[in-house]
Amino acid sequence: MTGDSGPARVLVLWSPDWPVTAAARAERVPTRRPAAVVVANRVLACSATARAQGVCRGLRRREAQARCPDLAVLGHDAERDARLFEPVVAAVEDLAPGVEVVRPGLVALLARGPVGWFGGEQQAAERLADQVAAGTGVECRIGLADGLFAAVLAARRGVRVEPGGTPAFLAPLGVDELDREPEVDRSELVGLLRRLGLRSLGAFGALTASDVASRLGVDAILAHRLARGFDPRPPVRRHPPEELAVEIELDPPVDRVDAAAFAARGLAEQLHRVLAGHGLSCTRLGVAVWTEAGEELSRIWRCAEPLTPAGTVDRVRWQLDAWLTRGGSGAVTRLRLTPEETVTAGALQLGLWGEVGEADERAGRALVRVQALLGPGAVLTAVLTGGRDPGERIRLVRWGDDRGAAGSADLAAGRPAIPAQGPASPPVPASTPESAPVPGRQWPLVPAPPEIINSEPGAVENAAAASEMVIMGRTYPAQRGPAGARHSTRKAGARGSPPVRSARPALRDPPPVWPGRLPAPSPATVPPEPPHVDLLDADGRPVTLVAADLLAAAPHRIAVHGGPSGLVAGWAGPWPLHQRWWIPGAVAGSRLQVLLDDGVALLLLGRKEGWWMTGLYD
Amino acid sequence: MAEPARVTGDAPSRLELARGLLCRMEDRAQTMRPTAAPDTGDRSLPVAEPLAGLLPGGGLRRGSVVALAPEAGSISLLFALLAKASAGGAWAGVVGSPGLGLVAAAEAGVQLERLALVPDPGRELVAITAALLDGLDLVAVSGVGRGGMGAADRQRLAARARQRGAVLVSLGGWPGADVELGCVHARWQGLSTGGSGRLSARRVCVRLRGRGVRPGGCSARMLLPGPCGQVGPAPSVHPVDQGVGERQQPAGIREAG
Repeated sequence: MTGDSGPARVLVLWSPDWPVTAAARAERVPTRRPAAVVVANRVLACSATARAQGVCRGLRRREAQARCPDLAVLGHDAERDARLFEPVVAAVEDLAPGVEVVRPGLVALLARGPVGWFGGEQQAAERLADQVAAGTGVECRIGLADGLFAAVLAARRGVRVEPGGTPAFLAPLGVDELDREPEVDRSELVGLLRRLGLRSLGAFGALTASDVASRLGVDAILAHRLARGFDPRPPVRRHPPEELAVEIELDPPVDRVDAAAFAARGLAEQLHRVLAGHGLSCTRLGVAVWTEAGEELSRIWRCAEPLTPAGTVDRVRWQLDAWLTRGGSGAVTRLRLTPEETVTAGALQLGLWGEVGEADERAGRALVRVQALLGPGAVLTAVLTGGRDPGERIRLVRWGDDRGAAGSADLAAGRPAIPAQGPASPPVPASTPESAPVPGRQWPLVPAPPEIINSEPGAVENAAAASEMVIMGRTYPAQRGPAGARHSTRKAGARGSPPVRSARPALRDPPPVWPGRLPAPSPATVPPEPPHVDLLDADGRPVTLVAADLLAAAPHRIAVHGGPSGLVAGWAGPWPLHQRWWIPGAVAGSRLQVLLDDGVALLLLGRKEGWWMTGLYD
Repeated sequence: MAEPARVTGDAPSRLELARGLLCRMEDRAQTMRPTAAPDTGDRSLPVAEPLAGLLPGGGLRRGSVVALAPEAGSISLLFALLAKASAGGAWAGVVGSPGLGLVAAAEAGVQLERLALVPDPGRELVAITAALLDGLDLVAVSGVGRGGMGAADRQRLAARARQRGAVLVSLGGWPGADVELGCVHARWQGLSTGGSGRLSARRVCVRLRGRGVRPGGCSARMLLPGPCGQVGPAPSVHPVDQGVGERQQPAGIREAG
């Protein structure tokens, strides 16, 4: 609190409808065309031309389009807003240091410096507006008042409030001005004040502070201070981001690993000195080298734990090892380390109970070593997710990546390490009449078993788990014993299954239940590409599904292509599996457990086209 | 555990009390962040109960090589061996098994966040395994027989495991392994006639051969996997000959096959 001695003089520079401006620039929408940014089917912000045609904030998208048929509907992206606003901030900083970005589109600075320098508030405001318009082409308004809140309101009106005139400026304004900022929701307070008959800020400010505090709560105290023209806090000066990356020129060029590693050691220590000076630790490290042939090689290392200097040196050395031994690109001329992602250094803590984490660190080091040998996608860990089949309940995450995050792109890159090997993967010839698909085109074209869909690279973006939860349903008629109940507690944080590419982002909570999931025990082997299975009855005819839960005949003999075969000793099912009917190509199937006479048990998935082995109870 | 009211005792009892409290604190801390105890005297990884009674020393001795016979049940056996050590904070890696049923691993009690997978080691099988032996407590390798791993490579890996105190598990044969485990007489329970029931548990006889085991080998019966996916003791029914299906359950559940 700055105390009631009077807030500092603040200059605010406001670019109206910044989300729309940024989105229109990014999408190259012409400025004359009305545009609106829409979140969850509601208009979040709209341009002035759109507003003139009746579009306003909070309107439903369809109604906005009805009022203004040529409206350009744009998506919201907070990061893009911030990114595109950066040049504006830089332009302001050219003239006046000590800028605070309140949010993208709104910049505040202490007025004393620029006003003194330019010889007057009017001149300073004009210079700043000109500078921004000339440098970035962004139109903005400037307001000057005592205190940030009043200055923002002044900027919205494009006025300059005389020093000391702030309470008088605020008094006639309506209380709903308190609820203008998108970050804080004061709609309840504003509604209450209206119902109390306090329609202007002046009326609200006329209450005594103790009355407000005793009746209306903490946030109202803050709002009351704002309404009286006091400032909760002075602007925080923004410090321009500094370059954290370090770089070294290698002259003469280095072609041996040990020499390069020696150079990397010094560089890593320099990087950590810079980071330590800022109180930061690095969790993602970018290693880039330039070679004599002009090639630029780069890779980003992710680390679950903040990097230590020794860890940094290790990673650089392994990376250089991989690049230099691969050869072909000549000697290294330049080496650059970039901290791609940083956390505050306090995150790096030692365990309370002695050597906690030592084994973890040792294991992590070994796994990173393997990543250096084979590439970062070669070492995976598994996360349990929602799903019904053993294959889709597992999400594989690269070692070092966040196990909680969706990480769609990473998994897409991480998965291809698995498929396409072993004798089971090539599509088998159509040896039985019902295996209709053409060999060689079988997997992409026919409605494939779910595991095949899963092994598609884009598999991570999850279908909306909630909708599945509602729709699914009746799949598993067998005894759902204590095992099934136990499971629903286990998959904490479970999210949508990883089905097909066309899906939407996952819903995080509540953790969905998956009725129809196979209960424990699960098959110990889940082939990445399910092999085709011939299931024959006693007369040697293929067993087909008459209905989703009815076999045409009792299975007698089974042969898995590239797998076990023998006489059927028992079976259970079939259990119909209705899921993801809204995805074209994903046809429902039926599960069947089959026990062979030699004690091997299989999990089959049946469709019109035949049977696939989706699990082996190994 | 002593009550706080009894603190006013002589020195040994107070020492006892302090030890007990510290032990409880450690237990509590253990549940939050389990740690492996690599060099605190115990030279073996703990194993869940029915298997522990079978193994010499009651666990997987660090530095040893364990071969799992390439028969049905080897993957389940791997999960069962791994479960207790993994829950206690040990790290494990599996090299070269792309089709691992990880849901079954989780059901068996394996902590998936401490299970690293290298599904496709390519031609670097030996180098990858050696690198993992440096840091992990247990490394399982498959494809030893066909992957062109010679006797010299095997010896080097075994020496590396011995030196680092890790357990090397071979999915498949490993000539000269310290311990060799295999499942025989596997019988699934839970299926009934005409497609009713479901696979609920498998009764197996795990056979052990190797050093420190009596010459003919020894064996134990257990459920692998049990009804919840974990290894469990076989329900004690009247003793029967090997390989004969026993009727035991009421309510019409019987072993199929």
